[in-house]
Amino acid sequence: MNNVAVIDYGMGNLHSVSKAMESLGDDVRVEITSDASRILAADRIIFPGVGAIRDCMAEIRRLGVDDIVSQALAASKPVLAICVGMQALMESSEENGHVECLGLLPGTVKRFGGETGNGVLLDVDGKRLKVPHMGWNQVQQRQAHPLWQGIEDNSRFYFVHSYFVAPTDASLCAATTDYGHTFASALSKGSLFAVQFHPEKSQHSGLQLLRNFLAWDGRA
Amino acid sequence: MALAKRIIPCLDCDKGRVVKGVKFEDIRDAGDPVEISRRYSDAGADEITFLDITASSEGRETTVQTVEAIAGQVFIPLTVGGGIRTLEDIRTMLNAGADKVSINTAAVVNPEFVREAAARFGSQCIVVAVDAKKVSEAGEPGRWEIFTHGGRKPTGLDAIEWVKRMVSYGAGEILLTSMDRDGTKIGFDLALNRAVSDAVDVPVIASGGVGELQHLVDGVLEGGADAVLAASIFHFGEYTIPQAKQYMAEHGIEMRL
Repeated sequence: MNNVAVIDYGMGNLHSVSKAMESLGDDVRVEITSDASRILAADRIIFPGVGAIRDCMAEIRRLGVDDIVSQALAASKPVLAICVGMQALMESSEENGHVECLGLLPGTVKRFGGETGNGVLLDVDGKRLKVPHMGWNQVQQRQAHPLWQGIEDNSRFYFVHSYFVAPTDASLCAATTDYGHTFASALSKGSLFAVQFHPEKSQHSGLQLLRNFLAWDGRA
Repeated sequence: MALAKRIIPCLDCDKGRVVKGVKFEDIRDAGDPVEISRRYSDAGADEITFLDITASSEGRETTVQTVEAIAGQVFIPLTVGGGIRTLEDIRTMLNAGADKVSINTAAVVNPEFVREAAARFGSQCIVVAVDAKKVSEAGEPGRWEIFTHGGRKPTGLDAIEWVKRMVSYGAGEILLTSMDRDGTKIGFDLALNRAVSDAVDVPVIASGGVGELQHLVDGVLEGGADAVLAASIFHFGEYTIPQAKQYMAEHGIEMRL
């Protein structure tokens, strides 16, 4: 049996990711829970997240999710962070003014268009781009990793976000995506893999990434 | 290297059945939204929009079960619209597996609802659906008014001002339907689309009037749409989703092929 814990801290839709995991095999058992002992007893952990970072961080701290994730990583247990789950791992976020995050990965979370001063995001031809970055965009793999197995480089995944992570350690970057500028769309560190896109909503490529996660021993 | 424009087939459902009718070659049960959603997903649809036109509360229960069933088998984004009036309605649909909800009449009745919904669930899952009708005379600059109740009830709200307001309240996407074009098959109201797309930063989905593939291209290139929604051209088998995507790509539009 392959036991997967999806961390439930009261934010967003956990149904999609658990259903997607369950579709991948009869031996996959998914539990959505906020119970630390149950999460840490699982074979692997998914740290999801949608919504605004301030509310997410408040619940993450209230339920002690920060300790759970730290303990799991210390034990080299595979952890997959998705979207705001990924952003929560950084040191801080520009969203909601300024929000301190978990600091498990070095770097910050920035808003698309924030660098121009007027909030407008432009493409290389000077054309205005919509924010949120919503839809299917290409993911350029920047390092070999077990989670990329069977996924073609530059495959499209589904994104929906207005903020992106800016790691200060370039060696953590497992993938990049272009939207106005190049940003890190996946980060990797030990038994942690974090993605800005939604694998559970990215059809074949996304399901393949989840399949790879289920088979992963936590070593890069 | 760019974000792809999206094609979104729309299913109108009543008590858990697709009602506008769908013609696929070898589906016997043509009205099953789960089967149809899976077909569209397999064909390369970028998202699915499920529009619940059920009025009764028993029917709503069926709708929730249908959304659960679709979300359990179709791993692309799913938007659910129709009758979303309370934060509880949104919670129910998101828990059932919807990724976004589309709010129409409730936003007009109580605009603050959109602000509360975005604050609670995040802008990424709040789509505001807008039904607009042209009210300017020929020769005048374009002016459109918002209508509710399937285009029967005027609101006095200017469409452009309205979408700006909804985005400032936290709407993450606009689903824009031209009441003048809906069902006509003569193409989108491109002037309306362009005006709305230029007025807001969030993505705009064009809807209403698609009869041929060139209309989809026009919606993106001339109307500035980020996504195109269509029902009948796909349901009745006039065109397949791969044909539509190929056609759009051949006209220089970035697509997920």
